[in-house]
Amino acid sequence: MTELPLIGEAVAVAAHPQLAGAKIGVVTFPGTLDDRDAARAVRLAGATPVALWHADTTLGDVDAVIIPGGFSYGDYLRAGAISRFAPLMAKVIDAANSEAKLPVLGICNGFQILTESHLLPGSMIKNDHLKFLCRDQVLRVENNTTDWTGDYAVGQEITVPLKNQDGQYIADEKTLDALEAEGRVVFRYVGWNPNGSRRDIAGISNAAGNVVGLMPHPEHAVEAGFGPQAGSGTEGLGFFTSVLNKIVGDNK
Amino acid sequence: MPRIVVDVMPKPEILDPQGKAIVGALPRLGFTAFSSVRQGKRFELTVDGEVTEEILAQARDAAATLLSNPVIEDVVNVEVVEA
Repeated sequence: MTELPLIGEAVAVAAHPQLAGAKIGVVTFPGTLDDRDAARAVRLAGATPVALWHADTTLGDVDAVIIPGGFSYGDYLRAGAISRFAPLMAKVIDAANSEAKLPVLGICNGFQILTESHLLPGSMIKNDHLKFLCRDQVLRVENNTTDWTGDYAVGQEITVPLKNQDGQYIADEKTLDALEAEGRVVFRYVGWNPNGSRRDIAGISNAAGNVVGLMPHPEHAVEAGFGPQAGSGTEGLGFFTSVLNKIVGDNK
Repeated sequence: MPRIVVDVMPKPEILDPQGKAIVGALPRLGFTAFSSVRQGKRFELTVDGEVTEEILAQARDAAATLLSNPVIEDVVNVEVVEA
């Protein structure tokens, strides 16, 4: 067995000089867990993370927003249901639907908040096996034209951690058919469906491709030695470099 | 004090994993008469004073926007219960 370093070697990301100026907001709700990891992923990708608080009433000058994972409001009522009405979410919803189409990424509980906000269709219910599950999960990238997936290839398989209890993606057949027809299924589970999600869906986007949500956690696979043992362990970093390239491309 | 009771159930076409687990556990305790279980939620909203039509309308609105998610759940009952 290969011995892994206790502390991974620093990943030298070839950061475009313009990237460091890009600001990516990371929202914290009461009960959010993965905001620091998301901020770290943003920094490793070469940009500047900006802490946003759920009670804030302005997004400031951020170029994109990440809604990280966790158990906001203890998953009370339904996962994401109470966070959806936070003051900052009204701003996120407006900005995502605006002409400027602010890039928004929802990870795990963030994905649940985005469906409760109606920025993304469908919903998540309890895993079909009823257990909390934590594992390294292989995903297939199905669409690389979203703001968050441009640095991946279509068909590319990536391994990132998955950890949730309410991860079963569901929507009615008409919605699922529309998502498939419009290429809005962005990620699918490969090898094994870990929660009973319809059509093995792990992540989806809105019609414009600026809003993406997924249950697995790319922000936990951005640093060598700390990510999944399968693959490079840093296969989630592409989310964060993708959105930076999108932001820099827009500002050219 | 009067309360408004709101009952929310998972939509019929949606598999209810919790109900499925419960129906599996029932026969182990000797309860063999039940072929299916679906688990829902009951909310009790307490009102200070009389429940007017306006307050009841507010409860229905809250039931549709916050207490239930219409993608996966139906509001099956909204009624006033006197304390």
